Amino acid sequence: MIEIKNVRKSFQDLEVLKGISLAIEDREIYGIVGQSGAGKSTLLRCLNGLEPYDSGEITVDGALVNSRDKAALRQLQKRMGMIFQSFNLLERLDVYGNIALPMKFWGINTRSQESRDKVHELIRLVGLEDKVHAKPRELSGGQKQRVAIARALALDPPFLLCDEATSALDPEITKGILALLQKINREMGITIVVVTHQMEVVKQICSRVAFLYHGSVLAEGPPEEMFIKPAQKEIQSFLRDKSERLPKTGVNIQVFFVGESSKEPVITQMARELGKDFSICWAKLEDFRENVYGSLVLNVDEMDRETVCRFLTAKNVTWEVLE
Amino acid sequence: MGIASTTSMAGVILDALWQTLYMVFWSTLLSVLIGFIPAIILTLTAPDGLRPIRPVYEVLSFLINVFRSFPFIILLVLVIPFTRLVVGKAIGTTASIVPLTLSAIPFIARVLETALRETDPGVVEAAKSFGASNWQILWRVYIKESVPRIINGVVLLVISLVGYSAMAGTVGGGGIGDIAIRFGYQQYRTDYLVVCSIILIIFVQLIQMIGNHLYKRLS
Repeated sequence: MIEIKNVRKSFQDLEVLKGISLAIEDREIYGIVGQSGAGKSTLLRCLNGLEPYDSGEITVDGALVNSRDKAALRQLQKRMGMIFQSFNLLERLDVYGNIALPMKFWGINTRSQESRDKVHELIRLVGLEDKVHAKPRELSGGQKQRVAIARALALDPPFLLCDEATSALDPEITKGILALLQKINREMGITIVVVTHQMEVVKQICSRVAFLYHGSVLAEGPPEEMFIKPAQKEIQSFLRDKSERLPKTGVNIQVFFVGESSKEPVITQMARELGKDFSICWAKLEDFRENVYGSLVLNVDEMDRETVCRFLTAKNVTWEVLE
Repeated sequence: MGIASTTSMAGVILDALWQTLYMVFWSTLLSVLIGFIPAIILTLTAPDGLRPIRPVYEVLSFLINVFRSFPFIILLVLVIPFTRLVVGKAIGTTASIVPLTLSAIPFIARVLETALRETDPGVVEAAKSFGASNWQILWRVYIKESVPRIINGVVLLVISLVGYSAMAGTVGGGGIGDIAIRFGYQQYRTDYLVVCSIILIIFVQLIQMIGNHLYKRLS
């Protein structure tokens, strides 16, 4: 379990982390999202000691992350594998050499049969059996990230930290990497912390997520709760896709479909039962891991406002008027 | 191996070629070995290094600039007492290795520093994140990842040392350049001038070719 308590950090006069507190449970995939500059990468770097923090406390399974105590920090870093946006593989080492590198840092004999089996097992896990001796420049972005993932697991860490790991990849490749991370989480029981600005990542794999805004945690919870009907303006603007395109006349009502209710034909019922005209001016279906969540925006006449709202409430549908 | 011992042109030039190779080889080897020390200190103490120490970096960097700006011909004369101390005499092929090496050290130190510091900072960070010590990062990341760039730098050094070794003729170093001046220029033997130039061109091309080949194979 990772506990972050009231962590603060400044670069010169700029405070990038303004008292962050989070708790990451074992075996979960925890997302840290926000726009660039929100402090999410800095937080991750503080977490594994690449960057010292000014005050507060970070503990990993009870052990304090303290960049001044180098020996203790090394032990902690061994327990936290890390992958990066730019992959950060050694250009002159092949796939095998890159994956075996962390073992060398820890004085493990990489020529022993045990080490070899281990590296080959990792190569199988990430599906690069045919690239064992390829150099990074012969690999695609997705393949490079797979090597990086295997490398991050070489020391059997209980934690895997991902710093914008899919931001440099196209959507199709991203899906493959996310599926791999999920597999690692499920089959190996590894706790994964994902820092990202990509909604798809959060939606596809995170069980819980913290939204960072200007160095503070603005909201925390399951992604479907936070992003289907965000209460905070900052999250709405992070998700920004509607408002600017909505009609300026009439009333815009956003209707949410969560879980089972997304299968009920509420809208057609409403048209029939109320005999009112309205237009659907925006709609979206989103996958959150196994579930589908939908929302759409209806534009109704000002005078129909109350009837429509009453009908929706009666049908037990979540809705809100967009001002 | 006096030039007077052989009188044929081929003999004279072969002797001189040997002297050039001898001077260039030893001054390259010694200056690279010695130059690595300041290059590593600079890399470690640079603002973006593993152990940033500003005063150390600035002072060392300044010293290297000072030594680099010394014209070789002046250095040649200035270090005569030191050469005498090290080699026992101030004149001759072996003696000229001393000023050649001394002038090459600040040059190759700067070249090696540049090569090492071009290492991708992301890779250094990745190594840190796995708990690598600074020495492990220096060896396994900085130095090993820079090998092709280091080779390029050494090629640059060898080629400029071939040029400097011609000047070493002034302290009796001998070599191809010396023959070109003394026979070709001062005694109006155009044939010596032409042959010496061709040999130097071939030599430089060869070094560059070997360097390029190694760069490709190792990167």
